[in-house]
Amino acid sequence: MTRPRPTFPARPVPSLIRSGRALAALALTPVLGGCITVKAPDKPIVIELNVTIKQEVIYRLAGDAAQTIDKNAEIF
Amino acid sequence: MLLRDNRLLRSLFVAPALLALAAPLPAGAQVRDPLYAAARASGQVGEQPNGYLGFVTAPSPDLRKAIEDINIKRRAVYADKAGTAGATVEEYALTSGCLLIAHTAPGEKYKAPDGTWQTRGAGAPLRDPRCP
Repeated sequence: MTRPRPTFPARPVPSLIRSGRALAALALTPVLGGCITVKAPDKPIVIELNVTIKQEVIYRLAGDAAQTIDKNAEIF
Repeated sequence: MLLRDNRLLRSLFVAPALLALAAPLPAGAQVRDPLYAAARASGQVGEQPNGYLGFVTAPSPDLRKAIEDINIKRRAVYADKAGTAGATVEEYALTSGCLLIAHTAPGEKYKAPDGTWQTRGAGAPLRDPRCP
């Protein structure tokens, strides 16, 4: 005489539930850890405008420099 | 008297030689120091983006002296003109470097923005993107 096999576990497996909670906690951890914290810098923010300023300066000086080169041909 | 004759003789001899040299060279070359002109034509020295001449190959002591003299004179001119124009020496020198590289003749050497020496071809030279 055989007993019918239970189709469900006779009692819930608590370890599964516990591991499910642990997984949820794990899934949340990187989200919390990935938060970007923005702190005001200690030093003042300097915007580097050197490149654009230089180009403007070069365009402004080009005519003058061309004359200088012509007038001092022996060193150019 | 002897000295004067000597000068006369030399000028008679040198002037046609200079004229012959000047003919195939680009404008401005006839006023250059012959040592510099020859080094430039042979690719021993070239123009750099910073507005000064540089050595492509190791120079002789005489050539080194001649080119360094020219660079010192260039710096003096840049400093003078930059002051008048209300710019820094570096800004004026960089602007001049743009123009001087543009003015190189085919076959002459110039330094590209990446620091490599290039031989000027028929087309436009490789220059700093800020150059006019």
